[in-house]
Amino acid sequence: MLDVISVCRNFGGLPALSDVSFSLQRGRVTALIGPNGAGKTTMINCITGVDIPDAGRVDFAGEDITGLPAYRVARLGISRTFQNLKLFPRLSVIDNVLCGLTVQGGQSMLGALLRPPRVRNRERRLRLRAMAALDRFGLTELADWPVDVLAYGDRKRVELARAVVSEPRLILLDEPVAGLNHEETATVAKEIRALRAQGYTLLLVEHDMDLVMRVSDHVVVLDGGRCIAGGTPDEVRRNPLVLEAYLGRTGALA
Amino acid sequence: MNIRDRILYFLDLHRNGLTVLALSLLLAVYPLAYGNPYILGLTNLIGIYTIVVLGLNLFIGYAGQISLGHAAFFALGAYGSAVLTVKWGVWPWPAIALVALATAMVALLVGIPALRLHGHYLAMATLGFNIVIYTVLVQWDELTGGPSGFAGIPALSFGAWQFDSDLKLHYLVWTAALICLMLGLNLVRSGVGRGLAALAGDEVAARSLGVDTRRAKVKVFVLSVVLASLAGSLYAHTFGFVSPDTFGIFASVDFVTMVVVGGLGSVWGSLFGAALLTWLPEFIDVFESYKDIIHGLILVLVLLFLPKGLVTGLIDLSRVRLARWRQRRA
Ligand SMILES: Nc1ncnc2c1ncn2[C@@H]1O[C@H](COP(=O)(O)OP(=O)(O)O)[C@@H](O)[C@H]1O
Ligand SMILES: [Mg+2]
Repeated sequence: MLDVISVCRNFGGLPALSDVSFSLQRGRVTALIGPNGAGKTTMINCITGVDIPDAGRVDFAGEDITGLPAYRVARLGISRTFQNLKLFPRLSVIDNVLCGLTVQGGQSMLGALLRPPRVRNRERRLRLRAMAALDRFGLTELADWPVDVLAYGDRKRVELARAVVSEPRLILLDEPVAGLNHEETATVAKEIRALRAQGYTLLLVEHDMDLVMRVSDHVVVLDGGRCIAGGTPDEVRRNPLVLEAYLGRTGALA
Repeated sequence: MNIRDRILYFLDLHRNGLTVLALSLLLAVYPLAYGNPYILGLTNLIGIYTIVVLGLNLFIGYAGQISLGHAAFFALGAYGSAVLTVKWGVWPWPAIALVALATAMVALLVGIPALRLHGHYLAMATLGFNIVIYTVLVQWDELTGGPSGFAGIPALSFGAWQFDSDLKLHYLVWTAALICLMLGLNLVRSGVGRGLAALAGDEVAARSLGVDTRRAKVKVFVLSVVLASLAGSLYAHTFGFVSPDTFGIFASVDFVTMVVVGGLGSVWGSLFGAALLTWLPEFIDVFESYKDIIHGLILVLVLLFLPKGLVTGLIDLSRVRLARWRQRRA
C-alpha cells in the first residue's frame, strides 16, 4: 500500500533519517517505534509532504508521491494527526471535524458564495458524516464547544475524529496516546482496533509499548534515524538489537 | 422537547435567516421614521463601509491574513467608476463591473507575490501599495482631480429612475450590503470557508487536510478586494464626489479597527464594527478631533483583552458559559 524506499533526511548536516525503508500492508496496523529523536515524526512528515526527503522515494498505491505538496498527498486519501495537536482553536468541535471534510466540500468560491441547493445538500450530508464521527469517538455532547476549552484527552480525540471523518485510505497517527491517562489510552486502543476491523490501514507512531504490542500487526523500529528492526510484535520484543538500542535503554518493555 | 426548548432550537437553527429578516425589516422602515438626510447620509456610509469591512474580515478574521492597504482597493473602485463614467462616458452599471474586474487583476498582480509573505511583511507590503495608490491619486491630477478631488459623478439609475436622493440611495446601499452579508454567511459555512478557517488556525494542518493554502489565500484576497472595489464604486455614485483623503493609509487602519472591534471572523461583526466606528465620532466631539489616536487605542485595548475582537470575543465567552451551564444542569 505504502512503500518507503531508502528515505534520507538531514537537518543541518545531522541525519534525522538515513536510508529508511519499510512497507505498510493494506488493512494492517503498522507501528513505528523508537526513542525520542529517532526520526519518527520526520518520517511522517516526509510521507505526508510536510517535509521533503533529501533522498529516497515514497510510493503510495503504486504511485510515486515523493515531494508532492501536502495538500495533494492529503487528497490522495492520506490523513494524519499531529504529535502536538494542531486543532483550530477558534472553531467548535464539530467545525474542527468538518475541516477534515474540507475538500469534499468543493473548491468553487462561486458555489460557496451562492450556496445553490446542490451545495446545500452536500453540506448537510457532510455534517451528518461529521456527527457520525463525533459519535464514534464519544464527542457528541461536546459538538458545539470551542475546542480550546476542552480537556487534553478530548482534544486528542477531536483530532482523531478529524483524521478519520474523510474515510481516508491511510491514517498516520503521531503518538495518539501521549499525555493520556490509563482509561483514555484503553479507549484509544479500542478505537484503533475498531478502525482496523473496518479495514482501515494505519501507521501508528507510539511510545507506549503496551499499546503497540496490543494493537499492531507489524512493528518497525527506528533508532538514530536508522531502521534497526522490523517484524511482528513478538519478534521485535525478542530482538536483541532492539532490546539493546531502545528497550534496554528506556526499560519500557514489561 | 418542551415548547420552550423547541422555540430556542428553532431560533438557533435559523438564526442567520432570522437576523437577515429582522434587519431587512428594520432597514426598510427606519427611514420612514428618521427621514433626516444627514442621518441617512451617515447610514449610507455605514452600509458602504460594511461591504469593505466584510471583505476585509474574510481576509483578516477568517483566513488569518493581514492587509493595511484595503483603502487603496476601495479607491480603485471609487476612482475607477468616476473616471470611466465621467471621462470616458461608460454607463455606470457596466463601469462598476469593469472596474471590479480590473481591480481583481490588480489584486492578482499584487497578491500572488505579496501573499507569500507573512505577518509584518504582508502588512508592510499592503501598506506600501496603499501609499503608492494614494500618491497617484494626489499627483495625477488630470485624471483624478488631484488633492481637491473628483466631482460630478453621476447617480446610478434604472432607465429614467435615478438613485438621486438619500432615501433612494438608502435602499440601494443596504440592499447591496445585505446581499454581500448573505454571501459572506454562505461562504463561511462552506468547504471553501472551512479551508480558510483552517488556514488561519494552522497552515501545516490546513495543507494536511487538503487545502491548497497558497491558492486559497489568493482567492480570498481577490474576493475581499472585489468587495472593496464594489463598495468604492457605490461610494462614488452615492456621494457624487471623491477625494484622496478618504483613501489614505489611515482609512486602511480604520477598516482594520472596524474588523477587530466587530470581531475577527464574524460576518455580523463587520456590520457592527463599521456602524460603531462611523457613528461614534458623529456624537462625541472629542472623538472627532482625536479620531486616529482613539481608533488606535481601541484597537490595542480590544486586541489585549479580547484577541478575537469585541463581538466574536463576547460571543465565545457566552458560548463557553452556556456550554458549562448546560453541562452542570445535565
Ligand atoms: N525542522 C527541524 N529542524 C532541525 N532539526 C529537526 C527538525 N525536525 C526534527 N529535527 C531533528 O531530527 C531528529 C528527529 O526528530 P523527530 O522526527 O521529531 O523524532 P521523534 O518524532 O522520533 O521523536 C531530532 O534530533 C530532531 O532534533
Ligand atoms: Mg515525534
